[in-house]
Amino acid sequence: MGKLLEVKNLRVSYHTYAGEVQSVRGVDFSLNKGEALAIVGESGCGKTVTAKSLMKLIQTPPGEIKEGSAIYFDGKDVLKMKSDELMELRGSEISMIFQDPMTSLNPTMKVGNQIGESLMIHRGMSKNEAFAEAVKMLELVNIPNADKRANQYPHEFSGGMRQRAMIAIALACNPQILIADEPTTALDVTIQAQIMELIKDLQVKLGTAVILITHDLGIVASVADKVQVMYAGKIVEKGSRDDIFYSAEHPYTWALLKSVPRLDTKHKDLLYSIKGTPPDLVFPPVGCPFAARCEYAMPICKEEMPEVTTISEHHQVSCWLKHEYAPKIVKPEGIGGAV
Amino acid sequence: MVSLNKDKFKIIGYDEKELESISRPNIGYWQDAWRRLKKNKVAMISLIILIIVIIMCFIGPALSHYDFTAQDYDFLDKTPSFAHLFGTDNLGRDLFVRTWKGGRVSLYIGFVGTLVELIVGCLYGGIAGYFGGKVDMLMMRVIEVIASVPYLLVVILLLLVLPKGVNTLIIALCITGWVGIARLIRGQVMQIKSLDYVLAAKALGAKPMRIILKHELPNTIGLILVYMSMDIPAFIFDEAFLSFLGLGVQPPATSWGALIFTGQGVMTNHPHELIIPTVILAITMLAFNLLGDGLRDALDPKLRQ
Amino acid sequence: MEEKEVLVEVKDLKKYFKVGRKSILKAVDGLNFNIYKGETLGLVGESGCGKTTCGRTVLGMYPASGGEVIYRGINISKGSEKDKRDFTRKAQIIFQDPYASLDPRMTVGDIIGEGIDIHSIYQGQERTNRIFELLELVGLNKEHASRFPHEFSGGQRQRIGIARALAIEPEFIVCDEPISALDVSIQAQVVNLLIDLQRRLGLTYLFIAHDLSMVKHISDRVGVMYLGKMVELTTSAKLYEKPLHPYTQALLSAIPIPDPEIERQRKRIMLEGEVPSPINPHPGCRFAPRCKYAMPECSTTDPEFKEVEPEHFVACHLFNNK
Repeated sequence: MGKLLEVKNLRVSYHTYAGEVQSVRGVDFSLNKGEALAIVGESGCGKTVTAKSLMKLIQTPPGEIKEGSAIYFDGKDVLKMKSDELMELRGSEISMIFQDPMTSLNPTMKVGNQIGESLMIHRGMSKNEAFAEAVKMLELVNIPNADKRANQYPHEFSGGMRQRAMIAIALACNPQILIADEPTTALDVTIQAQIMELIKDLQVKLGTAVILITHDLGIVASVADKVQVMYAGKIVEKGSRDDIFYSAEHPYTWALLKSVPRLDTKHKDLLYSIKGTPPDLVFPPVGCPFAARCEYAMPICKEEMPEVTTISEHHQVSCWLKHEYAPKIVKPEGIGGAV
Repeated sequence: MVSLNKDKFKIIGYDEKELESISRPNIGYWQDAWRRLKKNKVAMISLIILIIVIIMCFIGPALSHYDFTAQDYDFLDKTPSFAHLFGTDNLGRDLFVRTWKGGRVSLYIGFVGTLVELIVGCLYGGIAGYFGGKVDMLMMRVIEVIASVPYLLVVILLLLVLPKGVNTLIIALCITGWVGIARLIRGQVMQIKSLDYVLAAKALGAKPMRIILKHELPNTIGLILVYMSMDIPAFIFDEAFLSFLGLGVQPPATSWGALIFTGQGVMTNHPHELIIPTVILAITMLAFNLLGDGLRDALDPKLRQ
Repeated sequence: MEEKEVLVEVKDLKKYFKVGRKSILKAVDGLNFNIYKGETLGLVGESGCGKTTCGRTVLGMYPASGGEVIYRGINISKGSEKDKRDFTRKAQIIFQDPYASLDPRMTVGDIIGEGIDIHSIYQGQERTNRIFELLELVGLNKEHASRFPHEFSGGQRQRIGIARALAIEPEFIVCDEPISALDVSIQAQVVNLLIDLQRRLGLTYLFIAHDLSMVKHISDRVGVMYLGKMVELTTSAKLYEKPLHPYTQALLSAIPIPDPEIERQRKRIMLEGEVPSPINPHPGCRFAPRCKYAMPECSTTDPEFKEVEPEHFVACHLFNNK
């Protein structure tokens, strides 16, 4: 099966008053049809910038997608597309939903028309045809009384419903890839569960590939097929869902997994926390970006970028601990077997 | 391929102290604003122009050996020359000196008027905004009444009743003008009032005076500065307009507006008497406005990249 | 059970807001609970449940519309100005938004020192020393005192906020969603700091959050709120092992667990619909419209909040005749 999406050596910087912030520093990954990929990381790691680059949504200036980056969608390089090709791509082949449903919907347009907009642009439907289709989309995302709701304005919808409306807009033209950027961070947990169930459901029904950007490992565990962990603009580890949750190899991944309290962790134990903060990307560190905070750091880590080690078919990690010269260490408890 | 030394593979972990250090230089709010302003070429040029204008208003008359009231009947209505850089007017007075003397009056009105408006407006708006509720409601109704009166009417009536002069002019212009800044300050104070750091101060036991002085005011200064830079040219223009109507500064004292008024009378024959003060007035006002725009961008925390 | 000292008693606390001309938003509608010295009481619920309003009303930041708050036996709601001022020194708050809770025009040192200045506790060198001490207590450096909030990350700003609250040596701290705006690994840092400070300084916390996993971890007891009412209150262990109220059960079931096997096997209790508005609420149990166990009396009478097992309070008609 040909890869639906292939990203090679993506590098994106932002030019600010303080200098050039290197948000994404060489990212490679791929996505197959119908797959769910989760990009995990904390704020500033570059996951949102990576996602926006996929549709060339980066504002240049101040952003800049560097020479040498390539994003192949169905074989064609998105970064080399002309603007009319890009407009065809956006909304119809790849769509995106954002974190804050309050500001992502146009308050002065009826919801039905907002959903119909992309149908009118990409499928050439008339306003009425598009509206009828919009009602069907609202039903698809489980909004009751869809025909009434389509005639309403965003402020008449609750937070969860707005997010569903966003999903309806994004899926109206049945795109091949849906990018969801922290879709549930702003929602209550019971609504979050509803929305994630919906996304999973639609993924199966429509066969859409999903790129889920989040910092919530819980959601990742229930939705993702593949996971990649980003830190300071680089992918430090990627693999299948089980690889990451049960056989993680990178100290940062271990730290993330251990920092999350679960409903079954021991009460008032000190949580594992990583000291310090991510590096300033105007002065990105020369070696491994995590070295300054890593309890297993070695001198080589500060001097050289680690090589990428392939552990299994889908599982790769970028860490000097995997080098033959490195001492063997015992993985922290609860993550999986020893190294 | 770099040669890898086995020594480099011993685990050493991380340095706690280094973790919390901040690598970027310490930069305060005003320094950062100034830096951003400096980058704005238009604003900087405006600032320089204004500084030149202000300096000229101070030293201009001294540079020339002419007195601004001296009338020389041999040199009536002369166009600019080496002897008279801006030419002369219909009474033989040197326009270079008169323009800068007039500038002093115009700028004085602009700055003093703005200052008066500011003090009244800040106090009024600050109290209304901070205390809210019935106090605010009452104070706002008063403002609405004042604002609904056509200001020109008030100004003209006052000027007909009171002795004409610069100070009267200032009073007349301020009487209805303070309403704008009061509303602005009130809005800002109300907004800041609900921010968490004000709540934190209240939770620590801070009294209203402390909150207003230490939290509200410093966070409004940016707004005040921007408003000032827009208000000063408005005052200057209003004065010019009133002088144009004959209600402003009386001869032999002069202001840019008065100069324009007399210049307008001889416009067809001696255009320089109109053009010169008009151009200087226009440039000054433009410079203030552009500087104000630049200040607003430089002081807006949301525009920080 | 050792004898526990009651620090805060909340009796039938109500906080209503007028919305528009006729509507009343009943943010907090009759809360009854105690907070014991040295414990962490967690307060959870989703948006609109009133937990933030509850925290602020307990502190006196909002005047209560009904009911009372009693601190160490003194009625704060009906107390004198002096009582209120003394209470201010004993009870402090930490805010949610690290970006709005620090005055951008003040240096970190002055922000932390504000409480010291207001109550004139220390001056000059002593004041400076105390500020340095507080900075180190929360894991920052002395050098940070002369810097401005915008130079710090979210987690560091939260720590500055904690230092500010600790400056006047309170006993009781209301933590109003202190970690919701932070990244996962930073949340752990801040939570660890809070737990550590509690042990060292003997603090009592009211920990308000919507992340049930984190609340359960840090709290000794947890109260679950829904639309202004408390529906369940018990120890954190019991809440997880044996949630009694249908809403609590649904809430626990909605929380994703970072473990694929478990997620695969879970049976979710999916709640239908959305959280309704707390404006002009219907009579009866607030959760009835979404509850699958709803009975006729649920829509007419408010269930009583009572102790159905030792240390376990529930407000639900299912437990009326047990």
